[in-house]
Amino acid sequence: MKIHEYQAKEILRGYGVRTPRGRVTEDAAEARSICEELGGRAVVKAQIHAGGRGKGGGVKLAGSPAEAEKLAGEILGMQLVTPQTGAEGQEVRKVLVEEAVDIASELYLSVTLDRAVGTPTIMASAAGGMDIEEVAAKDPAAIVRQAVDPHLGLQGFQARTVSRGLGLTGKTARQAEKLLASLVKAYLETDASLAEINPLLVTGEGDVLALDAKMNFDDNVLFRHESIRAMRDLGEEDPREVEASKFGLNYIKLDGEIGCMVNGAGLAMATMDIIKLYGSEPANFLDVGGSASQDAVKNAFQIIISDPSVKAVLINIFGGIARTDRIARGVVAALEELGDVTLPVVVRLEGTNVEEGRRILREADFDFIVAEQMADAAKKVVDAARGGA
Amino acid sequence: MAIWVNRDTRLVVQGITGGEGRFHALACRDYGTEVVAGVTPGKGGQDVEGVPVYDSVAEAREKTGCNASMIFVPPPFAADAIMEAAGAGVELVVCITEGIPVRDMLTVKRFLRDHPTRLIGPNCPGVISPGTAKIGIMPGHIHQQGRIGVVSRSGTLTYEAVWQLTNLGLGQSTCVGIGGDPLNGTNFIDCLTAFAADPETDGVILIGEIGGSAEEEAAAWVKANYDKPVVGFVAGRTAPPGRRMGHAGAIIAGGKGTAAEKRKAMEDAGIHVVDSPADIGSTMKSALGG
Repeated sequence: MKIHEYQAKEILRGYGVRTPRGRVTEDAAEARSICEELGGRAVVKAQIHAGGRGKGGGVKLAGSPAEAEKLAGEILGMQLVTPQTGAEGQEVRKVLVEEAVDIASELYLSVTLDRAVGTPTIMASAAGGMDIEEVAAKDPAAIVRQAVDPHLGLQGFQARTVSRGLGLTGKTARQAEKLLASLVKAYLETDASLAEINPLLVTGEGDVLALDAKMNFDDNVLFRHESIRAMRDLGEEDPREVEASKFGLNYIKLDGEIGCMVNGAGLAMATMDIIKLYGSEPANFLDVGGSASQDAVKNAFQIIISDPSVKAVLINIFGGIARTDRIARGVVAALEELGDVTLPVVVRLEGTNVEEGRRILREADFDFIVAEQMADAAKKVVDAARGGA
Repeated sequence: MAIWVNRDTRLVVQGITGGEGRFHALACRDYGTEVVAGVTPGKGGQDVEGVPVYDSVAEAREKTGCNASMIFVPPPFAADAIMEAAGAGVELVVCITEGIPVRDMLTVKRFLRDHPTRLIGPNCPGVISPGTAKIGIMPGHIHQQGRIGVVSRSGTLTYEAVWQLTNLGLGQSTCVGIGGDPLNGTNFIDCLTAFAADPETDGVILIGEIGGSAEEEAAAWVKANYDKPVVGFVAGRTAPPGRRMGHAGAIIAGGKGTAAEKRKAMEDAGIHVVDSPADIGSTMKSALGG
């Protein structure tokens, strides 16, 4: 689960991380009064879940309260396009108004899981403000890494190794070490999958504070963290994905024209890939679950066809424990219940009792295009989307 | 011969009194696995279709000599169940449960450092040595006994590959689902090492997906250590970055873990990489024949 910058900062402040003063608002007039409280100068920052907000014009410096109101008015309601949002962008519904701080240098600091080693790992770099991936690609030696034992926590020497690696000294180094300890503690205690401060700021006075903050959380453990669960912002998520999650379906909207319904995540990805291989693009990822029950198929189908860019649908089911004849009956019943489906639907069933399953599809009232193998299915659905069948 | 699961396997099922646990315990027994015990705390003394239920794995092990466990315990308690089995000395633990918190798995991994138990999964279909025994939820009858090893992060995509092999007359020695989570007990290299030592495995199908670097590590290992044919497929070349594709571990994060990188690593290692998931079986057939 993702949260906004202002929420991440709220969590981190609770652990003792220093951030610029400021408040979030949905109202341009309030942005003006926040700017007044902050002394007349402020940064107005769009709050959306995607990164790269500055590049898209979502972060602006206001020299006066009146300008803060004007800028907030422009940013609120805009469709902010960043390298991470896709071409249609994301609507801005909140802005964070923060004091403008003087910047001596910008650093990078994060804690995330290193899957290869199986431990939380600190990554730090003196090249703040940049994407860490870019730094890693150009100059891997510029990244300071420290593995943290999740059961023992961060040790003092590790914090010193990081601050030294960043070239910090004196008061600045001590502050950075303290902030790092807070960041690690927050990461571990909130079950974050990522806690990132980019940039971490060193002021002209040598003080250290988090100018930006990003936290992602392990979805599997939200049941233990009510206050974090409450930070979920459904307005930032695709409405179809939210709808699908209510039915326990795993749906992700993509940009293509072939709707896909598959049982199992790996097979679902493989199905998307084979559609591409045959010259089209998948409109979505959708895992209906191992058993592909009639209800799951019906709900999944409704979600798929609610996407206007879908021109044809491919149902690809491998029946294992769940027999394909039973799945075929579920698919037929779901389509008959939906009634007015006019899109071409290619069904590929494989596995247990497959002959019986295919016979049920052929004899159904609904005009399925029955395919026999994955390649055949991909070819047929791509043809169908182009108007020939 | 096969790896890890064989005629000596004596299985305990943790969570046997739940719907899924019961169903799959019996399905494993029907397939030929010796299911000797079940465990559900507080339900000791009951039985499930003749399988005795104990309160703890330690008690089950003492009474039945079980040497492998299959876990269907719900996510908040599954890590504890894994550690209980390892603590009781069970040699092989297969955890089917999906949705275990990463933090809990970090604790499990620490615990397993001091225990010789092999953990497979979590969030996996399990292990099957066709014709002999299975520990898991895979449909037994799509398999055929033979000489191809299969290792995969996925469930139904593995069935797809197995079904292709079976229809081409290529049986399988052992098929291992290592699971779709970011942290797992057994990785590709563990499986490849075991297949390399198995004289009755002639070739290996390796099915990866986006996220992490396990495929790259496996490819490097194959290049250095393995000379039997390996056929590889990586699911998710069309997956968008930053999105979790169903499996908790299937995510391109910070530009890392793409299908293209994994493919390239596999090709560099001499693995027969297929573009189409429909060609997995036929590519193995030609790799063996050629």
